Amino acid sequence: MSAIKNRFDLESNQPQLRDLNEILAEKDRDVLEMAGIDLEEKERSATYMHVNHGQVKCQSKQKGLEILDINQALLKYNGLKEYFWQAISPDKDDYTRLASEKIHGGYFIRVAKGVKIKEPVQTCLFIKNENIGQSVHSIVVVEEDAEVHIITGCATAHGVESALHLGVSEFYLKKNAKLTFTMIHNWGPKVEVRPRTAGILEERAEFQSNYILLKSVKSVQSCPVVYLNGQGAVARFNSILVGLPGSYINTGSKVILNAPETRAEIISRAITTGGEIIAPGFIEANSVPARGHLECKGLILNDGIIHAIPELRASKAGVELSHEAAVGKIAQEEIEYLMARGLDEEEATSTIVRGFMNVDIMGLPPKLRQSIDKIISDTEKDMF
Amino acid sequence: MLKIEDLHVKVGKRQVLKGVNLEIKAGETFILFGPNGSGKTSLLMTLMGFSGYEVTRGKIIFKGKDITHMPIYERARLGIGMSFQRPPTIHGLKTRDLVKLCARGRDIDVEALAKKVNFLEFLDRDINAGFSGGEIKRSELLQLMAQQPDLLLFDEPESGVDLENMALIGKIVKELLSGCVMQTKADLPRKQLKNMRPVSGLIITHTGYILDYVNADRGQVLLNGQLCCQGRPGDILEQISKNGYKECVRCLQ
Repeated sequence: MSAIKNRFDLESNQPQLRDLNEILAEKDRDVLEMAGIDLEEKERSATYMHVNHGQVKCQSKQKGLEILDINQALLKYNGLKEYFWQAISPDKDDYTRLASEKIHGGYFIRVAKGVKIKEPVQTCLFIKNENIGQSVHSIVVVEEDAEVHIITGCATAHGVESALHLGVSEFYLKKNAKLTFTMIHNWGPKVEVRPRTAGILEERAEFQSNYILLKSVKSVQSCPVVYLNGQGAVARFNSILVGLPGSYINTGSKVILNAPETRAEIISRAITTGGEIIAPGFIEANSVPARGHLECKGLILNDGIIHAIPELRASKAGVELSHEAAVGKIAQEEIEYLMARGLDEEEATSTIVRGFMNVDIMGLPPKLRQSIDKIISDTEKDMF
Repeated sequence: MLKIEDLHVKVGKRQVLKGVNLEIKAGETFILFGPNGSGKTSLLMTLMGFSGYEVTRGKIIFKGKDITHMPIYERARLGIGMSFQRPPTIHGLKTRDLVKLCARGRDIDVEALAKKVNFLEFLDRDINAGFSGGEIKRSELLQLMAQQPDLLLFDEPESGVDLENMALIGKIVKELLSGCVMQTKADLPRKQLKNMRPVSGLIITHTGYILDYVNADRGQVLLNGQLCCQGRPGDILEQISKNGYKECVRCLQ
């Protein structure tokens, strides 16, 4: 870990940034747009923006939706004892420990009881300079019967190649709460990314995670885990991963079904064009009835490695867990079928790959869906 | 429209077509008969240009162009459209989106076309995912209506189709062959007339049910990779149902 500390600047000696317009060059605006961030803040209920080591913007437009910088929240709420490091242990691993030593920021979001936020909250973790080590800790609390969609865009500035991102996230969903968490990563080619995420769900709470990684990155290693501790809770994980040459992506999901009538679904789509993708999925059931399904599909476009690791663990008679995993290539038959309709080979391949990515399953708002389509077309230039 | 000269085709090491000569004129519908394994499907696949069908001799001329070695999509763009027997499922590709792709930028009313083949509720399903035999046929016709081919290749329109759907399929095939399927949102009669164009068809049939719906002038039997027994499709069908393909074998000798 000392090597990591030497390679990256984790000290908060960067000048404090205050105005978004001042810091964002035109190209960076594109970068952020490609990470799902709407800088105009239209159709967004709140915005949190963190650049390098400090928060730049933190504002809610809606009653019942609280958004604070984590350090402020810790002060205001006396250390947030109910939530801070309650879903994850700071001793989980070296990176988590490092993240616990230095917290530059991160967001605290709380949706008040019964409040259903229609427009998404957006949060952005941005690295603007070379060799920055960024460490954020975020906490989301969705109170009883409340609902929110959070879009998190993580990106490095145009031209920044190397950086480290440590991000601890804790989610707490109370009874009947609903959280959709969409994370889009748009890093530089030598960025190392270590998110550490955990969530605790009470009765009938519903959590959906959408994770989209379509750009080059040096390494991502993450495995969010959610504990379904309340009866009838539901968790869904969807991820779309593209491994470009030079990328090492080890990212999975874990769901622990600890209460009756809980359900889990993990769906991942991995495409490599030369990178290495390790996609573990893990569902554990300790209560009945409980159901879980894990689906892990991989496509090797020309080169690269896909390692799918579906795992199921059950400790009670009567649980229903299943998985399917498949790694392959695009079937020639499918390409020729589309060619017989007049699509050339590239159009056909792109159509099949887009279908394979299955973005529709995420149920994203139309505008976000459009920006993701834009990212996909952009990525396709590097894919074929 | 289509001219096939001395066509020899190999699939792997097997010679499946051994010197096929066939001409289909603009606006003409040709019916192809033949027992299983005689090479009928191979002929259609070769005309469309699928990999695995190697032309070892002869050539295919379409609209005056030699298309023998042309890529599939260029043939499609030139006006050849094919209805597949067992099309692959493409996950995540909605039927609606594929129909739009088939139109290649032309303005079409997907829902109106889908209504014609009773396929509205399938538009948002992944293409061919769990489709029954009859549903595949309707999906293929929907795509072809959007594609507007000038030469229609149809492999067994009646297979896996119940009687009620057969009437629907027959009607649409007839429309496709008449060249006046409703295509655009503003479907003015004059425009329809302008859209009238001579469409040719090459249809494979075992049962002949499709003959009740289309005006087919000519037919032939494909036997062991060679064409024989030219005649009126109805007569050929009658012969086959009476005597099987034995007579054709004799006639070939």
